[in-house]
Amino acid sequence: MISYLLFIGTLTAIYALLSLGLVASWGQAGMVNLGLVGFFGLGAYCSTLLTLLGLPIGLAWVAGGLLSAVMGIAFCLLTRTLRGDYLAIVTLGFGEGLRLVELNERWLTGGSDGISGIPAPFKAAAGELFPWLYFAIAWGIVLLAAWGLNRVLGSPFGRALRAVRDDENVAAVAGKSVLLLKCQAFGMGAALFGLAGALYAHFTSYISPDNFVVQLTIYIFLAVTLGGYSRLVGAILGAVAVMSILESSRFAAEFVPGLNAVQIASLREFAIAVALIIIMQVRPQGIFGLKNEKARAPAQPDTAPASVVSSHVK
Amino acid sequence: MAEAQLAISDLAIHFGGVRALDGASFDIRPGITTGLIGPNGAGKTTLFNCISGLIPGASGQVRFEGRDISRARPEAISRAGLVRSFQLARGCENLTVFEHLMLYGPRQQGENLLKAFIGGRAVREQEEKLRDEALDMAGRLRLTHVLDNLVTRLSGGQKKLLEIGRVLLAKPKMILLDEPMAGVNPTLVQEIADHLEVIRRSGIAIVLIEHEMELIDRLCDEVIVMAAGKFLARGSFSDIQSNRDVQESYLGLRRQ
Repeated sequence: MISYLLFIGTLTAIYALLSLGLVASWGQAGMVNLGLVGFFGLGAYCSTLLTLLGLPIGLAWVAGGLLSAVMGIAFCLLTRTLRGDYLAIVTLGFGEGLRLVELNERWLTGGSDGISGIPAPFKAAAGELFPWLYFAIAWGIVLLAAWGLNRVLGSPFGRALRAVRDDENVAAVAGKSVLLLKCQAFGMGAALFGLAGALYAHFTSYISPDNFVVQLTIYIFLAVTLGGYSRLVGAILGAVAVMSILESSRFAAEFVPGLNAVQIASLREFAIAVALIIIMQVRPQGIFGLKNEKARAPAQPDTAPASVVSSHVK
Repeated sequence: MAEAQLAISDLAIHFGGVRALDGASFDIRPGITTGLIGPNGAGKTTLFNCISGLIPGASGQVRFEGRDISRARPEAISRAGLVRSFQLARGCENLTVFEHLMLYGPRQQGENLLKAFIGGRAVREQEEKLRDEALDMAGRLRLTHVLDNLVTRLSGGQKKLLEIGRVLLAKPKMILLDEPMAGVNPTLVQEIADHLEVIRRSGIAIVLIEHEMELIDRLCDEVIVMAAGKFLARGSFSDIQSNRDVQESYLGLRRQ
């Protein structure tokens, strides 16, 4: 039971990392990435192939994240003259397209057989403690990512991003470099998706195109929506909640008599769909609502209209 | 006559078959308030959109303080000191009044991703200074009590005040104001007009789109009349009033 819980706990960390990435690009900058599973897969295959070539695992993780970021920024630039919807469409196509590449380029990816025997860090040294170690590494990375994102999103950079999310024209007139901000936000998100993919590959030691299907994108959107779409803490909590729904539906199936294996598998998707509908009905803004900067203004009533220009202008 | 601060020559753009701007040309002198009037559909707002770079693709040339900004991106134009307001008082629906004011602060170091991550004194001090300016501005515009409200919760008049406040926080040299007093109660109209007079006295040039002729008379040093996407006439308000072309195209219509 412990090893099962550790497995689920580590997987939750990977979902949380994906959710954090989605908060950065969607929740904060308003850019929909419907192909996040593609970036997840890209990071997984990149890191796997590099370690099999002999690169140290740590560096391979970084490479997986970087390659995803580069790909994400490229899509941003590619669709820069188009409406936001097109970025969503392009990424959706990327997610599916990459899966087909994984399936068909057998010389590189092993096709539908996938790649097995992916090395994990300190597996021999840690022995039986390995699941604990990996659990700690994964959650450590999640906390590190959340800390870093919290820092940049709480700064003027984050404020400018949220302005771009709400109204690009207003942000531009305020003097913000809209395209640069969008590329940075989308790149950060994609980097986290890629890193999550790398973590996943070395954790399960086996990847195949079946691991990178569109359902995962939907789970992560659900997690972020559940948590409050622009909130980091919400993303982590949402990931925990989604994983709980997914896994508990496994046990719930035992209490429903007369289900065959296929029906039990479908129960998972059904539970997720029901959860999404309930959230949208009960609390459309998610568990955590918007977070706005407080003015901390002195509590004095506004006086009569004063001169609008003081020494600070000119 | 001093050299023009904003020089527009032969600006033209069409949307489908509609020539929204049809070769508009005129200069605006530094530091004065210029009224831009003309009937609805004359191309006044389109002119602002083209000057501020929000609608790219116009032919002709726009020069601001000697620099060609015809093809510059909107953020570059704002940074050069030419900042516009929006007619419908647009805002970011999920941001508060305070955040809007802070947003317009120019050259914020903390907008650089790396500096935002590293933080440090320079970023913090700039942020504190900007915050003081924002609070100060809110006080002057009597928006202090709504600072933490989302802009969607503001009244129409408060939105107009915020529009002026945030434009000023960008430390502009010239501001383009698109009907800053439209749809506002008479008391507040006078209040906003007072603000505009102070802005002018501080040396910031204003280009003002306005339909209320009394306000144009009170606030503007010079009036430019547009009709059907073209420059029609310019002069003092009394010159314009006695101009026959203008009477026919705009003022005359109002007397009926």
